[in-house]
Amino acid sequence: MAIFITENSKVIVQGMTGSEGTKHTKRMLASGTNIVGGVNPRKAGEKVDFDGTVLPVFASVAEAMEATGADVTVIFVPPAHAKGAVLEAIDAGIELAVVITEGIPVHDSAAFWAHAVATGNKTRIIGPNCPGVISPGKSNAGIIPANISGSGKIGLVSKSGTLTYQMMYELRDFGFSTAVGIGGDPIIGTTHIDALQAFQDDPETAAIVMIGEIGGDAEERAADYIKANITKPVVGYVAGFTAPEGKTMGHAGAIVSGSAGTAAAKQEALEAAGVKVGKTPSETAALMREIMQSIG
Amino acid sequence: MDLYEYQAKDLFAAHEVPVLPGDVATTPADAKAIAERLGQTVVVKAQVKTGGRGKAGGVKLAETPEETEAKAEAILGLDIKGHTVHRVLVTPASDIAEEYYFSFLLDRTNRTFLAMASVEGGMEIEEVAATKPEALAKIPVDPITGVDLAKANEIVAAAKFPAEVADQVANVIVKLWDTFVAEDATLVEVNPLVRDPQDKIIALDGKVTLDDNAAFRHPAHADLVDKQAEDPLEAKAKEKHLNYVKLDGQVGIIGNGAGLVMSTLDVVAYAGEKHNGVKPANFLDIGGGASAEVMANGLDIILHDPDVRSVFVNVFGGITACDAVANGIVAALGILGDEATKPLVVRLDGNNVEEGRRILAEANHPLVTVVDTMDNAADKAAELAAAGA
Repeated sequence: MAIFITENSKVIVQGMTGSEGTKHTKRMLASGTNIVGGVNPRKAGEKVDFDGTVLPVFASVAEAMEATGADVTVIFVPPAHAKGAVLEAIDAGIELAVVITEGIPVHDSAAFWAHAVATGNKTRIIGPNCPGVISPGKSNAGIIPANISGSGKIGLVSKSGTLTYQMMYELRDFGFSTAVGIGGDPIIGTTHIDALQAFQDDPETAAIVMIGEIGGDAEERAADYIKANITKPVVGYVAGFTAPEGKTMGHAGAIVSGSAGTAAAKQEALEAAGVKVGKTPSETAALMREIMQSIG
Repeated sequence: MDLYEYQAKDLFAAHEVPVLPGDVATTPADAKAIAERLGQTVVVKAQVKTGGRGKAGGVKLAETPEETEAKAEAILGLDIKGHTVHRVLVTPASDIAEEYYFSFLLDRTNRTFLAMASVEGGMEIEEVAATKPEALAKIPVDPITGVDLAKANEIVAAAKFPAEVADQVANVIVKLWDTFVAEDATLVEVNPLVRDPQDKIIALDGKVTLDDNAAFRHPAHADLVDKQAEDPLEAKAKEKHLNYVKLDGQVGIIGNGAGLVMSTLDVVAYAGEKHNGVKPANFLDIGGGASAEVMANGLDIILHDPDVRSVFVNVFGGITACDAVANGIVAALGILGDEATKPLVVRLDGNNVEEGRRILAEANHPLVTVVDTMDNAADKAAELAAAGA
């Protein structure tokens, strides 16, 4: 079954004709994703050939959905126009919008999130500033390399892109039901908690790896949620134990100010919820390895 | 980007938030000239991007221009929590009847904006929040509908501002919201917001944080960057569009992806515990597309850091495969030539890793050691840094 995307997902790409969009549309197609078209109002009606797969370009998300039955959109639209692209996806009522774009102003993210809430949360938003979501062997919506790991029973949710890849690589002999990169921005759509609950409800997921980062209190809230709602084994990792206070480390969200938001505080909260926390990615993978071996 | 008080107040003034006149000076003589122009008792305020200026002796009253000069002399060059004072703001001293607190900020937890207001201003707001939480009103603000006069009145009522100034405060709140939105700020804070003896409301201090992601629609914000206070290596990295933060250790770090680089800092710090306590010298994320040029730029920055004794290149080949990264390292060392003098430990994993390692083995550069795992590579880099002391 996997979560968020499956072999039945019909995917469109907003910004498909841009350089990033073109590159990653090819990659997604190569990994077996059922991409049914793209959106660009200035190129509507054109057809684009991606190494032999010819895809139509539509004027709007709504038009693309009507013509193809698309239920997932992957957004590569540059920051200045990303808000409009997400609002369009929400208004079209598509089930899932994966926002890959990095560098969206937080006022814009706040606005599209508020619009999603005000219109009844019909569209699940993943990101922005995220690598997307992959259900290996089924579908790949975003930029996660499809050849790191095959399918299996581990669910992975992470704020960081390359740590997602690293962890998939470390545990590639077990494989993943779905890996979700939720993004490191201060305002994101899908949270650790949303992914944890989806993995809990997914019969194909046996255990969950959760990767966090310094900054904010998302990991602490996830810890509370795990304690109350998650019965599957969870292993955690938090990056940034040695990060100095007050410095932004790449992700807008990854900044430690004052005592809240430190890696130590997050580790403590997770351990209090019964989550085993690794000090390094390799130690975290080893903890998951033990769990998977005991499950059999 | 955090702004200085004087920059924040300039933005306030541009959006019609009431502030006192004044000007910024970099020398005691300039400070004196400003005091002469203002022609009244002034306050000389250190401009530093940290709190606790008053306690550190960074805020002083001066009755005459001569006294202003002397006070500026004492404050300029002062070290306040690691920040050197290069500028002072000279502004009229104001009589204060009451002090309030007000801010708009990003509420990450609730994924929206928040107004915070208290009639008990003047002190550290964290202290108010901790000791008298009921005195701090927190009102969510919808990013779409924003703050109009009705919403401002709701905030004023929730914080129990006195009736005599309620209308005035509501107007100031609307202007502060204009500032918050128009400038793409993630924080606009006024502490204290004061009521003077004539019942006039004034923003006596200001703290503003701007969203760097929004820089593309605010070309004027580039002028607010304090180039003098920037670390020279950080400034150089910024020019090359590299995501670099200088730290105080000895192991230079290059990696791809913010999370992986943060994780690398941790693994190196742990490894350093066994090697004379060496630590990471920097954070440097070269991002997904690690071309030869980007790698060369990254290595150039790090190898010019005099504190660096060894370099750890930690790359997971995802979008950019390991062979491209390996070619990047070889080309970068070629470009740098004799300028590259410090040992490099390289760990590659992921796409085309065998090809990447083969390229590095074939290049056989005397400075490069290839290690197969992140943990072992961190250990090697720490060992080399400790040996290079």
